[in-house]
Amino acid sequence: MAVNFVRPLIPKLATDPWAIQFDAAGHLKHLLTIEGLGSTWITRILDTAEGFMSVSDRDIKKVPLLRGRTVVNLFFEASTRTRTTFELAAKRLSADVLNINLSTSATTKGESLLDTLRNIEAMQADMFVVRHEQSGAAHFIARHAAPHVSVLNAGDGWHAHPTQALLDAFTIRRIKGEFAPLRIAIVGDVKHSRVARSQIHAFNSLNVGELRVIGPRTLIPNDIEPLGVRVYHDMRAGLKDVDIIIMLRLQRERMESGLLPSEQEFYRLYGLTEEKLKWAKPDAIVMHPGPANRGVEIESRVADGPQSVILQQVSNGIGVRMAVMALCMSAES
Amino acid sequence: MTSLPELKSANQLLDDCLQNLQWAIEQGQLNNPLMVGIHSGGVWVAEALHQRLQLSEPLGKLNITFYRDDFNTLGLHPQVAPSQLPVDIDGRDIILVDDVLYTGRTIRAAMNELFDYGRPARIWLAVLFERDGRELPISAQTVGQRLVLSPRQQIHVDGPHPLTAHIVTREEIA
Repeated sequence: MAVNFVRPLIPKLATDPWAIQFDAAGHLKHLLTIEGLGSTWITRILDTAEGFMSVSDRDIKKVPLLRGRTVVNLFFEASTRTRTTFELAAKRLSADVLNINLSTSATTKGESLLDTLRNIEAMQADMFVVRHEQSGAAHFIARHAAPHVSVLNAGDGWHAHPTQALLDAFTIRRIKGEFAPLRIAIVGDVKHSRVARSQIHAFNSLNVGELRVIGPRTLIPNDIEPLGVRVYHDMRAGLKDVDIIIMLRLQRERMESGLLPSEQEFYRLYGLTEEKLKWAKPDAIVMHPGPANRGVEIESRVADGPQSVILQQVSNGIGVRMAVMALCMSAES
Repeated sequence: MTSLPELKSANQLLDDCLQNLQWAIEQGQLNNPLMVGIHSGGVWVAEALHQRLQLSEPLGKLNITFYRDDFNTLGLHPQVAPSQLPVDIDGRDIILVDDVLYTGRTIRAAMNELFDYGRPARIWLAVLFERDGRELPISAQTVGQRLVLSPRQQIHVDGPHPLTAHIVTREEIA
């Protein structure tokens, strides 16, 4: 039976820190975090993405919606999957795309974030897709960007990765239909995961039946239960009756910082093997935001197995990012 | 206040369109045509015509939201039913169906989208109503009824069952 949690109300006040995501008419303009979107906007994004999915099945994978607009991928942190799917999404909407890898560029020469922003703005960009190792970077850029510019957060520090959470919700909806009867377990390094944080907000907004996190005490935040999440430290108990298993990437540097004894130990306790997968529902699906560490958090046979939807997540990511770009770019004008 | 023009009944409109399309097929102007309706009114009309013409291949449906040129002013419609073209359109004669032909922008967008799927041999436009106010050099080959209306007047088609049409007059903005 699904468990109903009391969920915190998201205040819709002028002081709402996430009000910046909307223009004066209440239309989505920036996507910085899942917070403040509510089920209405999340559902709207997922519905719009459904329409865009068909574009990728055609011979000519392009629609002219954003023709003449310029999208700048501002990546201060390395990324392949996220950057390329944002790039493809923009190109399928006929926008011009500029990729700027700043981890190796101007910032290492001492240019401030604001200076970089002003310079790229001077190139008449219409949208920034920002990834940064500092939490709040996308928010900072949204506050300081020219009024016509939309900002999408492609991951900031430990804070948020909203499009990943949206594409996960989209993937789940496509496969399972409704959210209310579902039990979802997020497994691994929840503490340092911006993906997990955004997922928890999204699944709460969508009224998922039960949300669990599974992992060692050192990798689960202490204050997570008020977010409507059940904490498990034991994989067998945590996976029981679960419909969706989301494995998180284990960052290697966590081992060095002493939060984990060893990769082998983590794999033994929390790595998703075929054997552990049997503890979940027989029709459970396995997700991973990528890139997966095979043999650390997931066994190859599970990652490539019949219950894995990891590659569907990647394809769905394009449709969802097209939807977010199109919706945000149709604001304000 | 001027009186509104009389509209033909939906059945009459469909019959007139059907007769014209059958004539075009018999004359060899349309060869084994494929029918494609434009969401949403055009699909309703196309469904009715498709059934009466007894075309062998399934009806195609176009959603031109992603091709509109007024995206900047109108924004994006949240619920976008995807386009479905079940058959290869390369080299085919296509009967493109819409409810009302007005500015011509919808038809332009629909043709742009069709060409992203392939290169049709011919596109034949069939509409229930053709009214004045074209902004592009586009005309329909099959027309149920021609109307001259003021810019404040619009034809609203509701459907799919029953298919009905009426003229609405927008309040003049002072």
